[in-house]
Amino acid sequence: MQAGIVSYGAYVPRYRISPGEIGRVWGTDGEAMGQGLNVLRKSVPSPDEDTITISTESLRTALVRGAIDPQQIGALYVGSESHPYAVKPTATVVAQAVGATPNLTAADFEFACKAGTAAIQTCLGLVGAEMIRYGVAIGTDTSQGAPGDALEYSASAGGAAFVIGREHVICRVLRTLSYTTDTPDFWRREGQKYPSHGGRFTGEPAYFRHVSEAARAIMEASGTTPKDYQHVVFHQPNGKFPQRVGKTLGFTEAQMRYGLVTPYIGNTYSGAALIGLANVLDHAGPKERILVVGYGSGAGSDAFDLETTDEIAKFDRSFGRPVQYYLDHGVALSYAVYAKFRGKIHMGGE
Amino acid sequence: MSIARFWRETPRRYNLGGSKCTNCNTVYFPPRSVCPECTHHRQSIEKMVPFQLSGEGEVLSYTVVHEPAEGFEMLVPYVLALVRTTEGPVLTGQVVDIEPEGIRIGLKVRATFRKLREEGKAGVIHYGYKFAPAEEADTTPVARSPAEPAPEPREPTRARA
Repeated sequence: MQAGIVSYGAYVPRYRISPGEIGRVWGTDGEAMGQGLNVLRKSVPSPDEDTITISTESLRTALVRGAIDPQQIGALYVGSESHPYAVKPTATVVAQAVGATPNLTAADFEFACKAGTAAIQTCLGLVGAEMIRYGVAIGTDTSQGAPGDALEYSASAGGAAFVIGREHVICRVLRTLSYTTDTPDFWRREGQKYPSHGGRFTGEPAYFRHVSEAARAIMEASGTTPKDYQHVVFHQPNGKFPQRVGKTLGFTEAQMRYGLVTPYIGNTYSGAALIGLANVLDHAGPKERILVVGYGSGAGSDAFDLETTDEIAKFDRSFGRPVQYYLDHGVALSYAVYAKFRGKIHMGGE
Repeated sequence: MSIARFWRETPRRYNLGGSKCTNCNTVYFPPRSVCPECTHHRQSIEKMVPFQLSGEGEVLSYTVVHEPAEGFEMLVPYVLALVRTTEGPVLTGQVVDIEPEGIRIGLKVRATFRKLREEGKAGVIHYGYKFAPAEEADTTPVARSPAEPAPEPREPTRARA
């Protein structure tokens, strides 16, 4: 496949809250919950941040790093399950904010946590068919768990943008495939503020089945084994699931080291696997092979067999912040301020 | 603010779209159609071109707002600053991702894209520029929990030549 990643950028909001602080309010052992999930803290967006602003920040970083003329972008897709509007695209605001309008196609994707990887696949098709020069795929979320729900300990905010093109490719896409079924493990109905989920049903029949089937299928198609990859990135609703599926498939901790970011920023949903990939690309040199397997509830997995090129050695990452910065930095919030920031306090008058 | 009025200002609010006089090279934000710097204003006619500011600048002066404007209640106390951009124009804008005690004159900032306000629960959401500290030292490291291993040494993330 000729098309590949030519640039990327990630953005995670500044604020953090720990599972211990959440548990303190709800009378549960939050620290134990955090240890069980392997989540040390999660990111929290400022009241003036949403999927549109996070997507814009990550894409602006990607465009500067790759020295890409926004007017050459032919398609821009934003994958999220927390688009600020039910009707009115996130993608048009982002396109306008980076100066890519008006000669491009734009749309919003939704497939729970894998809308961003689905957007990458769409861009690969358009760029590979030479219909456009650059395609932009963004995965961002500012998802929420209902107060006191298990999801509240992990649901966070962040995003990453990938520019797909044919010239100066820093990471080739050798193959991509998907594994999709109708599995009702997690959903949010129209008009509902918080999602619902099937508890333990989100594990075996949902995440583990789809991720491992997609991973096995792509390695079989590529004729590879886990040993052929320097890095692996799985969707990471918590820090535990990806470690378990990785171990089952035969990957080591060292291969998962850079791709696992959820313990430090929480589950960024559509951004999760993509921020993990951005962190891998922050550290990767030329000719390193990367396996990425996203997952979205409902359910499906998108798998990517990637290999970095010599171009990555020349890639200037100095603009914007590396993912590691977001893993190490942040400002801790109390639950009260977190509740205010996330609109969980009833202000009356409604 | 009406939808049409805000929409007309989108290039400025989203992208810091100003103008530049190609006669004397002065940059303006918001854009001007005639250059007041040129001795005879007519010299700049048809010489004003669109110019996008880089978004980089430094704090010229600031105030900390405790009585918020409508729509900013959740952000109190917040910092409002005059920012001198590297291209010259001075812009007024909120400085985010900083506590009021961290703001100082001369602080390097860069433009960031944020939500400005919402027209109620059902109305349009307005977006535009704010400013954030450009220096990493202005964001504090998170306290590590005892269970968390110290980070391993990392390779530099700058491009290798």
